Amino acid sequence: MGKYITKRILLALVTAFVVASATFFIMNMVPGGPFLGEKAVTPAAQEALEAKFGLDKPLSEQYTTYMNDLLHGDLGPSLKKRGRTVNDIIATKFPVSAKLGGMAILIAFFVGVPLGSYAAFHRGKLIDNIIILFSTAGIAIPSFLSSTLLMYFLSAQWGLLPSKGLNSPACYIMPVIALALHPTSYIARLMRSSMLDVMGQDYMRTARAKGVSQVKSIFKHALRNAILPVVTYLGPLTAQLMTGSFIIEKIFVIPGLGSEFVGAITSRDYPLIMGTTIFLAMFIITLNVIVDILYAVIDPRIKLK
Amino acid sequence: MKKKLAVLMASVMAVSVVAAGCGGGNTAAESADTTVAAEAGEEAAAEGEGEAAAAEGQVLNVQVGPSPETIDPALNSAIDGANMIIHAFEGLLKFDKDNNIVPGLAESWETSEDGLTWTFHLRPDLKWSDGSPLTANDFVYSWKRVVDPNTAAPYGSIINVIKGFDEAAAGDVDALAVSAPDDNTFVVELSNPCVYFDKLAAFATCVPVQQATIEANGDSWTIDPATYITNGAYYMTEFTDGDRIVFEKNPYYWDAENVTFQTIVWNLIEDVNAAYTAYQNDDLQMIKAVPTEEIPSLEGNEEFHVEPILGTYYLSLNTQREPFDDPMVREALSLAIDRDYCANTIMQGTYTPATGLVPTGCSDAEPGSSFPETSIELNGDFFSSDYEANLEKAKELLAEAGYPNGEGFPTIDYMTNDAGYHKPMAEYLQQAWGELGITMNVNIQEWKTVTADRRAGNFDAARNGWVMDYDDPSNIIELFESTNGNNDGKYSNPEFDQLVEEARTTADVNEHYSKLHEAEKYLLDDAGCIPVAFQADFWLQKSNLKNTWHSPYGYWYFMNGTLE
Repeated sequence: MGKYITKRILLALVTAFVVASATFFIMNMVPGGPFLGEKAVTPAAQEALEAKFGLDKPLSEQYTTYMNDLLHGDLGPSLKKRGRTVNDIIATKFPVSAKLGGMAILIAFFVGVPLGSYAAFHRGKLIDNIIILFSTAGIAIPSFLSSTLLMYFLSAQWGLLPSKGLNSPACYIMPVIALALHPTSYIARLMRSSMLDVMGQDYMRTARAKGVSQVKSIFKHALRNAILPVVTYLGPLTAQLMTGSFIIEKIFVIPGLGSEFVGAITSRDYPLIMGTTIFLAMFIITLNVIVDILYAVIDPRIKLK
Repeated sequence: MKKKLAVLMASVMAVSVVAAGCGGGNTAAESADTTVAAEAGEEAAAEGEGEAAAAEGQVLNVQVGPSPETIDPALNSAIDGANMIIHAFEGLLKFDKDNNIVPGLAESWETSEDGLTWTFHLRPDLKWSDGSPLTANDFVYSWKRVVDPNTAAPYGSIINVIKGFDEAAAGDVDALAVSAPDDNTFVVELSNPCVYFDKLAAFATCVPVQQATIEANGDSWTIDPATYITNGAYYMTEFTDGDRIVFEKNPYYWDAENVTFQTIVWNLIEDVNAAYTAYQNDDLQMIKAVPTEEIPSLEGNEEFHVEPILGTYYLSLNTQREPFDDPMVREALSLAIDRDYCANTIMQGTYTPATGLVPTGCSDAEPGSSFPETSIELNGDFFSSDYEANLEKAKELLAEAGYPNGEGFPTIDYMTNDAGYHKPMAEYLQQAWGELGITMNVNIQEWKTVTADRRAGNFDAARNGWVMDYDDPSNIIELFESTNGNNDGKYSNPEFDQLVEEARTTADVNEHYSKLHEAEKYLLDDAGCIPVAFQADFWLQKSNLKNTWHSPYGYWYFMNGTLE
């Protein structure tokens, strides 16, 4: 297993390198620049700004400088948020998004899995149909619609919850629900079909034939196997939710990382584009490695090589 | 499909906010857990509280924009940043409610007879928000810092009339002719007379900043409340990027007794619908971000305000490209636009039809006079409101230029970004120029691409706009000088350049303005650009929020406001 993990980490580093290099060059091909505004700055100020941030150097030199700094963990200064470094921005904004995302993942997992399993055990019954209906709707409704509806009823209409910010526990309710709706529904559907699949397996019939109780057979045999697809989905899901949603953060005025991904690109804040992209890539890669390890823990038949 | 959903969502949102009846009133922002910049400040604040009994302990929650890029006075070039800066800093001079120049940190000032030396006398015992003394030397430092190429201040050239500016901007900062003969006297020498130098002295870029904190903290001095040392009505106690900036009354401000709100919370909201919902919920007392689809329903509402700013919405034609190098073609395109329709229908009456280039609110030589009004007296209305007659004339001009009924006229590529009224305006132009038999493509690009391509001259026609930096018509007229960096249409005419240069260098106020009137007429007769509308700010403000004002610069002044 140690060998496997080392191999995966090496592969992750190569992936991160490729992502960083590709982003660097593609980003520099996009027209416009960070210091272009409605009003032109004087050529002297433009040159001084470019010199200050090293943008006057040839692209190849900028690239090697950046990669060298990156190796030392330095993501550079933000060009648009003067006085802030990309490390600072990620360090202050990621925890905000991660907290919201973490809550959403917990809800998605602990609501989605039981719901899906419950539907599977009652296949074809009314409750199964209701769960299918709601989970399909949950997958189909985009987050900006669910957010707006929540905001409309719970805040604007009934005044139950604050419409913006994260200054009190009540502020978390709407954004977390909006974030969790889609993954909860998806996990419920995934769990239902996977559970149905497992329940039809020979070893489940054998267990029941041997007189193992329904509850025991489910927890001891079915759940462990049925949950594997959900675990696979949890990796990318965690990365996606914990790095923040641009739309939900915008609607609920949340100072998270999600808005930085888009904001960095529209303002051509090169170091911030690089920083957020590399951070997201590393996060996804790490989670995938963790998921692979979890496989082996959950399913003893899987050996990591 | 995505677009349809977006439209659906916009209408859902619109319905939701209109229907919003009861307010939540659950402002977590009011329970601000503020950290205090300087302990001394806190003690003094406690002492000072008794004085400002009017709005003691009152908190004002407003939204004037998203997170500002910077609140460093020298680096800022945005209106939302300037709004915060004018509450935290004060310069030599400032503007009052009626946009007149009044004393700021300087209690008096005088100009030498030749107009070249300006002497400002500071108030005695001025202090920074950390309690340390503020002297004329702070102005010397700050003005040199603005010009220093290493600062790379976007508005560094605003004070280019000062002697030695060119050397200073090239790196020899001490060449800038600003000096402090004593702690309370600040002297500026100009290279040529400048009749509006008092307005520059009131500009937000020209406020003093504290050398000690900047040298100790570099660019980061503005992001930490403990190092953001101010000298104006407020100092900062919290800056959460993407969430809010909290300002607390500055007890060391010379006029602190007239500052009312104890706390101003700048809610950094980007999304207009989020701001609007928070306003409806009574979480905010004032918002600048009003959804444009709400405007028809807000007309006649006493909370909805529209006031002109010093801005003009205009179109640039690439005068270096055929057929836009022909003034007849440019004039024909200008005549085919119904400015009344643009301002009152497309822009929902929030803007007004342009009568020239220089916008409403820009003053003329006499105090309280208006440049565009004087312009109408002198030259008549540049753009007749008789649309039918204009269209006829446009067709004749086009025929004369060799394109009868638009035959042989190349397809115009009109470049714009998609924000505000830009897209409806583009669609209107397509139809308006279609009347002349001209085909126009709407080329919608993302904002940075528009800026880059427009500046590089990669366009036929493009949306453009300018909000003036100071109340002098030269600030918008000189955009069309051959050498100006913002001359996107690359209009070039030596006679026009000559008029602008003469206006710039005269010491005679009347001559300054009359030359600028001539220059404006020259430019518009030559159709060097196509003004469409004069801009305005529109915003929502609770009716119990009183004694605040909005200036034509697009700034709101809250420091003397009251909540009743």
